[in-house]
Amino acid sequence: MDNVFLYSGLFLAVIMALSLYRAVLGPTVLDRLIGVNAIGSKTTVLLILIGLIYEKVDMFVDIALAYAMLNFIAVLAASRYFQKRKGLYDEQETK
Amino acid sequence: MNIIVTIFLICGLIFFFGGAVGIIRFPDFYSRLHPAGKLDTMGLLMTMLAMALYSLHDFCVASVLTSLKIILIVVFVFITSPTATHAIVDAGVRAGLEPWTKE
Repeated sequence: MDNVFLYSGLFLAVIMALSLYRAVLGPTVLDRLIGVNAIGSKTTVLLILIGLIYEKVDMFVDIALAYAMLNFIAVLAASRYFQKRKGLYDEQETK
Repeated sequence: MNIIVTIFLICGLIFFFGGAVGIIRFPDFYSRLHPAGKLDTMGLLMTMLAMALYSLHDFCVASVLTSLKIILIVVFVFITSPTATHAIVDAGVRAGLEPWTKE
């Protein structure tokens, strides 16, 4: 059962690289926010997978719960911040 | 039991993969939000369900507590992920991002 978790963890890491592509390339700032949000939600799953591999699930579940909360707060704060920021408008004009 | 866990895990990974490909391929900011918001949440539900089932193997109080906490994470993400996506769209609309049109 362990290598099932191991391979799914590796596959998840590859998928995170895909959404990292969007986080790096995204034309507007908010596209990068989507990429970061996607990576954050995948990291919570990866955390518990690692917990299962090391058989210390109860420790990793708390970390994953905290990480899910942090990811949510970060996305909210970033989206609230980027509403009125000047940088976003310059990108609009040049497009 | 292991087979059920593997099936759930693979379904979750398929949803995650669909989400990642969707985020890359879609033309516009708003259309990219659909896979990001929905598929990640669904993939998370599937994989967390698999892991909760797996941690129920040795049926003692601690493992039940752990899988309950995993289900708590699923419920939490089900509440917060749409809100986060809504906040992103709200920021996009206020910032004046116009949706992509066909031509």
